[in-house]
Order: sequence, then structure tokens, then C-alpha cells
Amino acid sequence: MTNVLYDLPGPKARLRYRIIGILSAVGIVALLAYVGWRFYDTGQFEPLRWEQFQYKQIQQDLLDGYLTTLSAAGTAAVFAVLLGALLATGRLSDHLVFRAPTTGFVELFRAIPLLILIFFAYYGPIQLGYKVGPFWPLVIGLTLYNGAVLSEIFRAGIIAVARGQSEAAYALGMRKSQVMISILLPQAVRAMLPAIVSQLVVLLKDTALGFIIQLPELLYYGKQIGGRLPFGFPYVPSYLVVAVIYIGTCGLLSWFAFWLQRRLMGGPKQVKTTAKAVKLADVGQSV
Amino acid sequence: MDDFVHVLTDNWDIIGPHFWETIKLFLIAAVGSVVLGTLLAAMRVSPVPALRGFGSSYVLLLRNTPLTLVFALQVFALPKLGVTFDFTTGACVALTAYTSAFVCEALRSGINTVPVGQAEAARALGMTFTQVLTNVVLPQAFRTVVPPLVSVLNAMLKNTTVAAGFSVAEAGAITFYLSERGENQIYGLLWITIGFLILVVPLVTLQRMLERRWKVAR
Repeated sequence: MTNVLYDLPGPKARLRYRIIGILSAVGIVALLAYVGWRFYDTGQFEPLRWEQFQYKQIQQDLLDGYLTTLSAAGTAAVFAVLLGALLATGRLSDHLVFRAPTTGFVELFRAIPLLILIFFAYYGPIQLGYKVGPFWPLVIGLTLYNGAVLSEIFRAGIIAVARGQSEAAYALGMRKSQVMISILLPQAVRAMLPAIVSQLVVLLKDTALGFIIQLPELLYYGKQIGGRLPFGFPYVPSYLVVAVIYIGTCGLLSWFAFWLQRRLMGGPKQVKTTAKAVKLADVGQSV
Repeated sequence: MDDFVHVLTDNWDIIGPHFWETIKLFLIAAVGSVVLGTLLAAMRVSPVPALRGFGSSYVLLLRNTPLTLVFALQVFALPKLGVTFDFTTGACVALTAYTSAFVCEALRSGINTVPVGQAEAARALGMTFTQVLTNVVLPQAFRTVVPPLVSVLNAMLKNTTVAAGFSVAEAGAITFYLSERGENQIYGLLWITIGFLILVVPLVTLQRMLERRWKVAR
């Protein structure tokens, strides 16, 4: 392993690494054992606390919650990608009339906390006398925030397409919109696909905010299942199950993004973009 | 317009302390996540497989868990294991645990951008490990690390609002208090937005400035 920080180890260093390795392995095992003991000590392994998961109704509830999470994420993802493409085109426009408002829009919605956006969409209509469920406010909040973030990713991708591409297209007599639609966007999307998928993972994770406005999604059912007295308040088992579902889904998507990146970077028809832009989008990954 | 201003002035006793709580959460969690994130990054770049494995599992798990779930685990599940925090401390713990995974990634990718040749050249000159680290690698890594680090912290500032869902009296929770007092919700939310813009803008400006100043030509 060549690394910036460490040279290839000699015999002494190898021994040292081995000793540190054994010590830290012991430390990690001790830590895990302590966690396991806490679980055991507080009775988290008792069958009673896990019994609920055998019930059909509970499994159905979890599935319903998961489907609500997925449908909120899916709906918001479609709208956010569309909004992002629109905003990116606006920001790259030659006309100040389009450029100024879209720039303001993107900067504003990136700066507002997502939860506050969701509150706006949820409490705003109530204040004005309309009754809304929690689903659409969540989708609207997610769309506005992620649309703004995605537009930055698209923009970075479009800027990164080699100048010669658009110059050649103009030389062939294409119009501005043609250059954008048939030359720049396809190449930008291809280069930025990993970054876009990463952002969609963030979006999926953020659907959990629906819990705060009482949307019956996965986390909501997790709390319900955990809050049952007859089963000894099995919060630990229920949240662990929910965590496994989230980590599995997001992990799979993240892995897909990674795979895409590998594939697109290594492909024979590599898009000629500066590596800088791809980095830029990586850095832009939100938390 | 008059109503709008009154929502702020009449409820300053709520809005002021809540924003102060947000700032406190941010500062404590920022320090905590930078410290923990640095430790994790050190593990992930270390030549010891056990530490590398631990660091990367931590990052993998926490990065794929929604922050709301981290909060729920801390508020509902941890007490069942006999670990209890008060609301504010708990929020700091949840934010730190979550954000440190992202800090670790920012640091690690920063260190990886330093070309191997730099360290090799330094070693060829006979520098020791500490000299290589402090004179050659870290000064270069620092420049690439700081802008993304600031953006991670910026996101964390916005993430403090999630604590509102878990009984922490910070800026996001102003909404609930104002609705109890029957104030106009939209005005209240607009004031919260303005407050956050005031907090976020300096951070974003700092990030832009550093990015421009420290753009490394490679």
C-alpha cells in the first residue's frame, strides 16, 4: 500500500503495526462487548421485545411506512431533478432577466434549513385556512432544497464540458437551445451522474424529517412499534430494524453511485471534462 | 407590515433565547465533530487494518442513517440502554456523531489530494515522519480541506433545526411556541429564515473567500 503519509514498512515498522493492530483490535472488541453487555443487561435480547416483528400487522405497518418513505423520496426526486435542470439553465442564461432571479432563488433555498422549508409548506397553508396533509409539504420542501442543490451540480457539469464541444456545435450552426439540449446537457448529466445519485441519497435520508410533521413514514412506525408497553417499550429493537432498512436502502444507492463513477470514469468513451468539476460536485455533497 | 414586525418584538423573549441555543448547539457540535472527525480520519488513513476497518464502518453506518433517526435513537433508544442525556447535551451528541462522519470524509479526501510524489520527495531528502507530515503534507492538505470542511459545518448549522422535533428549545422550535401563542405562523417562519440567513451568510462568505484564496494549481 503506497500512501502519502506512510512509506512501505520495513521489518521493524511491520512489527510495530502488528502490535498496534492487535491492541486496537482488542480495544474495538472490548467496545463492542461493552455495547453487547449493555444490551444484555437491560434485557434487549428478551424474546418479548422482539415478538412483535413476527406479527403480520407489524410487518405490514413497516412495509407501509417504507413505501411512504420511498414514494415521498421518488416524487420529490423527479420534481427536484426537473427544477434543478430548469434552474441550472436559468443560471447559465446570457440574459440577466433569467440569470439574476434564478441565482437569487438557488442561493436563498440553499441557505434555508430544510426543516424550515417544510414548516413553511406545512404551517403556511394552515395559517391561510387550508387543510393539508403532511405528504405534500414534505415533498415541496425536499423539491425546493434539493432542486437548488442539484442545479449547482448540473451547472458545474455543464461548465466542465470542454469548450470545444460547444464551439464546434455553434460552428455547425446550432442554436443556443440546441447546443444546450443536444450537446451540453447529455454530457454534463453523464459526468455528473454519480454526484446526482449521491444527492438523491441525501434526499431519501431527508424524508425522515416527515416524522416531525407526523407523516406516517418508516420512522413514525418505528416509534409506534417501540412505544408499546405490553412489549416492554421495545424502542431499541424497533429503531434498530428501522436503521437497518435505512442503511440498507441508502447504502445500496450509494454503492450504485460509486459503481457509476467507476464505470463512467473508466469507460472508453470518457467524457472530456476537467476533473476539477467532478471534484467540485463531490465537495458539494450535502450533509 | 406592522404585524410582521410585532411578531418579532412581541416574542423576542422566545426568539432570542432560542437562537442563542442554536448558536450554542452549533459551536459545541462543531468542536466535537471536528475532533471526532479528525480522529476517525486518522484511523482511516492509518496503516493498521483494524483501525481502518473501524473508521470506515463508522462512516458507512452514520452516513447512510438519517439525522432524524440518529436523534430518535439518542432520545428514545439510548435511555432504554441506561444512557440518558438532558435535551441539549443529547442534541450535541447526536449532531456530533452524525457530522463527524462527514468531517472525516472531507479530511480524508483532502489528504488524498496531496500527490504521493510530494511525500516521497520529502522522504528522499531524509525528512522524518513528523517533518513530512508537518512541513509537506499537512500544509497542502489543509488548503484543500478547509473549504469543504466549512461547507460541512454550514450544513450542520442548518441541521440543528432537526433538534426541534425532539424537545430542544432551539430556533426550529420557535414555530411551536408561536403557534401556541396564536401568532401568525408565516411571519414567525419568515423571522426564523431571516435569523438563519444572518447566521449562514458569514459562513458561506468565509467558504467562498477561502476557496478563492487557496485554489491550488496542480
